[in-house]
Amino acid sequence: MKTAVIVFPGSNCDRDIAVALESVTGTTPHMVWHGDSELPEGLGLIALPGGFSYGDYLRCGAIAARSPVVQAVIEAAHRGTPVIGICNGFQVLTETGLLPGALMRNAGLDFICRDVPLVVDNSQSIFTSAYQAGEQLSIPVAHHDGNYFADAETLDRLEGEGRVAFRYAQNINGSARGIAGVMNAAGNVLGMMPHPERKIEAAHGGDDGRRLFEGLLAAVA
Amino acid sequence: MKLRIIVTLKNGVLDPQGKAIQNALGGLGFEGVEDVRAGKIFELEVADSTSDTAIDDMCRKLLANTVIENYRVEKL
Repeated sequence: MKTAVIVFPGSNCDRDIAVALESVTGTTPHMVWHGDSELPEGLGLIALPGGFSYGDYLRCGAIAARSPVVQAVIEAAHRGTPVIGICNGFQVLTETGLLPGALMRNAGLDFICRDVPLVVDNSQSIFTSAYQAGEQLSIPVAHHDGNYFADAETLDRLEGEGRVAFRYAQNINGSARGIAGVMNAAGNVLGMMPHPERKIEAAHGGDDGRRLFEGLLAAVA
Repeated sequence: MKLRIIVTLKNGVLDPQGKAIQNALGGLGFEGVEDVRAGKIFELEVADSTSDTAIDDMCRKLLANTVIENYRVEKL
């Protein structure tokens, strides 16, 4: 599967996701710079990595969401190309409007950097097909602004349509209804604060994250 | 033309930063601070011909995230 990783000034998990994707797909991802206005043809996945794009200026992900390449990502997402945004990538996706809601400062104000138990809410999506619904995973988080907010009506809709992919087993950051990852209505865009790309082999302390990419590969290949 | 754009969190959106500031004021001995909400101010110098629609677009498309924030514009 051909993949692309979008690299912004201030991204710092671009190499992690590239290594994870190469390990799972056997193909080296295209690294696409934020100033580019075109994406490679025939992509099976576009990844927006973690980090602090544009120094988190204005709001996390706000400037990245208006960069030239992200306009191409939005068009690709509307055409059905799978897109995953991890951590800062999730913040970028909410700022583009591809995903509903917003990510605010953690309720406890602390930067949280540790493995957390995560529960799979919906295993019917292309991103979660290798998991069982209700299964508990251990995936690292590393964020200051992961407190998911959306109004009650939006949250009801997300839950009713099975668009919550993951929830925190214990709510670590104040997120509405413990939400850690959500999908768009079409199911081809996922944003999540935890870092599955940091749990892809035994040396990472487990491979719970690897199955996300394996499931996606199986679902779209 | 000078603009001052004030961006504040919507009612009902929790503001952990404001809460921390409130606690710090209490810690300094200031009593009766019942709530603090933190926001942002942008000062813009724009061409006099800039339309109100364009100013509103700037706010909605970038300066404020209307999922969580309100904005108001003052012409100085």
